[in-house]
Amino acid sequence: MKELRLMKGNEAVAEGAIRAGADGYFGYPITPQSEVMEYLMAEQPEKRTGMVVLQAESEVAAINMVYGAASTGKKVMTSSSSPGMSLMQEGISYLAGAELPCLLLNVARGGPGLGTIQPSQADYFQSVKGGGHGDYNLIVLAPSSVQEMFDFAFLGFDLAFKYRNPVLMLSDGLIGQMMEKVELCEQLPRTTHFDRSWTLTGKPDGQERNIVTSLDLDASMQEIHNLHLQEKYRQCKEAEVRYELFDTEDADYLFVAYGSSARICQKAIKIGRSEGIKIGLLRPITLWPFPAKPLAELASRMKGILSVEQSAGQMVEDVRLSVGSGVHIEHYGRMGGMIPTPEQVLENLKKLLIAK
Amino acid sequence: MDIKDIIKPENLVYQKTSLMTDKPLSYCPGCGHGTAHRILMEVIEEMGIQSETIGVAPVGCSVLAYDFMNVDMVGASHGRAPAVATGIKRCWPEKFVYTYQGDGDLAAIGTAETIHAANRGENITIIFINNGIYGMTGGQMAPTTLPGMKTSTSPYGRDLKSMGNPLKMTELLAQLPGTCYVTRQSVHSPRNVRRAKKAIRAAFESQKENKGLSLVEIVSNCNSGWKMEPVASNEWMVDNMFPFYPLGDIKVDGKLVNNQ
Amino acid sequence: MTEEIIIAGFGGQGVLSMGKILAYSAIMQNQEVSWFPSYGPEMRGGTANVTVILSDERISSPILHVYDTAILLNQQSLDKFEDSVKPGGVLLYDKNGLIRMPERTDIHIYRVDAADASAKMESTKAFNMIVMGGYLKIKPIVQIENVYKGLEKSIPARYSHLLELNKKAIAIGQEIVTKER
Ligand SMILES: Cc1ncc(C[n+]2csc(CCOP(=O)(O)OP(=O)(O)O)c2C)c(N)n1
Ligand code: SF4
Ligand SMILES: [Mg+2]
Repeated sequence: MKELRLMKGNEAVAEGAIRAGADGYFGYPITPQSEVMEYLMAEQPEKRTGMVVLQAESEVAAINMVYGAASTGKKVMTSSSSPGMSLMQEGISYLAGAELPCLLLNVARGGPGLGTIQPSQADYFQSVKGGGHGDYNLIVLAPSSVQEMFDFAFLGFDLAFKYRNPVLMLSDGLIGQMMEKVELCEQLPRTTHFDRSWTLTGKPDGQERNIVTSLDLDASMQEIHNLHLQEKYRQCKEAEVRYELFDTEDADYLFVAYGSSARICQKAIKIGRSEGIKIGLLRPITLWPFPAKPLAELASRMKGILSVEQSAGQMVEDVRLSVGSGVHIEHYGRMGGMIPTPEQVLENLKKLLIAK
Repeated sequence: MDIKDIIKPENLVYQKTSLMTDKPLSYCPGCGHGTAHRILMEVIEEMGIQSETIGVAPVGCSVLAYDFMNVDMVGASHGRAPAVATGIKRCWPEKFVYTYQGDGDLAAIGTAETIHAANRGENITIIFINNGIYGMTGGQMAPTTLPGMKTSTSPYGRDLKSMGNPLKMTELLAQLPGTCYVTRQSVHSPRNVRRAKKAIRAAFESQKENKGLSLVEIVSNCNSGWKMEPVASNEWMVDNMFPFYPLGDIKVDGKLVNNQ
Repeated sequence: MTEEIIIAGFGGQGVLSMGKILAYSAIMQNQEVSWFPSYGPEMRGGTANVTVILSDERISSPILHVYDTAILLNQQSLDKFEDSVKPGGVLLYDKNGLIRMPERTDIHIYRVDAADASAKMESTKAFNMIVMGGYLKIKPIVQIENVYKGLEKSIPARYSHLLELNKKAIAIGQEIVTKER
């Protein structure tokens, strides 16, 4: 029988991690994601599956605990919200450089600085354009429902191990704090076999030992490593683009929005269509790799595109890069933790695209 | 007698220091933060150093300390207040510089900054509010949480084996040659409020004489985080926190007090 | 069917848990639900609110600024959300502690004196379920049996006596709710 539960996004991702067979969680409290660790501490996954949970002394410590555990091949994760994610950027760069798989979750809030604790999508650049130093990319998933918070724990770990790369779930306070119905799937077993080609499990007799590092003092070797990373990112771009379309078949106008904004846009589409304005939505599920091709194809049929994001306009840059000139593209969003209403979104589509 | 007779100047018995703004405190009723704010501001008023004082607010329930304390203040990021204070003090050595920090801020994420500011003997004053919990974020475990104490991230009680031991930062800092005056106080009774105020005064006097870092820990309640009524939380604090975090001076004039 | 509701009041009134029980009940009868609370330190002794949407279809935006029903349980909430009720919609309030009453004439206004009734029951804990009873009388969108199931889920077994209390509270709410206009 289906197992249905009413859960917060933050709880769903925690339950998802347990059921995906995670080995460990390391984190530090911060609103609006503290329920992730609180749920895990209450659930005691150590008793259910053997998964370890530890409250670290800071996000810097937490991400380095992830780095350590990931280097041994274990399935581990951390979660935080915007200010804490900023602190983790050094560690994330090291994880990407050393090609270590792990799952990261940002339940984003308004910035910059301490900002607010209300939902925001202003961490897009940090998430998809590097965030830390060096040429690297994270695979970035954008859940837009509590169900996806659960499901993406599985998908996230799968992609992380497939590409030996950190996977980031970029959500926000709205998706983290809201409750919805979640259909849970069966518990997966935890992995017992580790890939000796890179993991640190102790050098077996007669085999090479392994070293995990992101350092190469020889620039020519470092470049070769970078070329290898770039090739991996290229393959990932080819195979892993994910997106969802709503009402695009007959649409004249297109919203591009992810996560909570995509939910708000769906309501705006309903209201708009009741007024006779044919609007559709492309919802990127992977923010990196960005669904550039499908967007470009759709765009040619549109009278205009509104990129909706709770930011000053970050994703709109990728929308413009994907589509090029020829189609009218605008951004609409609120900032600092304010959430636009569906009516405001629609009003701005009319003002920015239709009136012009 | 009507109200006008009562509020004559000659009838004045107590007045809020003008160094506390008129903004209503955002703390839960019964919380110790408000009293700690007031005595800190009274000391600054009595020393007449408002115009020479720069404060550093933390991230924690007292993140809005600058709304209530009527001195120039800067808001630091979580745990970094001692580094921010160092920056200010090194460039303005003649100013009085203080930080006001919770136990999560000072003893978890900010441990390195705290220890190194103390180790360098920065001439700053740290007011450290130890309530054994993360009040601001809804009651998670702090490094100072007592053994067996229930919090939202130790829902079955703090287990020392998996979650570590409560950290006595104040005793630890007292060991460093860079600290001059280190004391532990509380503000749950009038007598303790007076003592704590004296201690804050001593800390600022020691800063005035460039003697090194001065630290006043105030063991305080978090009735919301502990899920208790205010009075019950103070009783619980006396019975449980004080035996583990005993009140009194730990280091005076650069010398450890007996048995430390 | 889609019902978009805001429930708002003081932190301790059980606003969030009332929304949760409503959401549970809807799940029991196979509906889609969303529940989005106000969160953070503003709740420290201040006001709390939650948006609950129940629907036969997939739910789009979990946050709204107009509602089919507003359940407003203190003055700040009434002042803030009275204008957000859709024309023809429902406003349910408790007059306890109010100095300004609802004024709109283009909506249906109901009153449930849940604070008084819970005082009579000598249980402030019953407050939110009295309100729930009042709401379900006006809009029986979820079956009472499913509400009971929702209650069972959210009340730990060792507090099972509270279950009976809450059932009684729902019945009282259904009885005392009155239509004002
Ligand atoms: C980098 C970062 N991590 C986490 C947080 C979330 N946070 C805010 S306050 C706080 C802890 C506050 O506890 P404490 O310092 O003990 O102060 P109290 O509220 O108890 O007075 C945390 C973890 C943050 N704001 N920034
Ligand atoms: S949460 Fe705790 S520390 Fe914060 S204001 Fe309330 S009682 Fe004080
Ligand atoms: Mg604290």
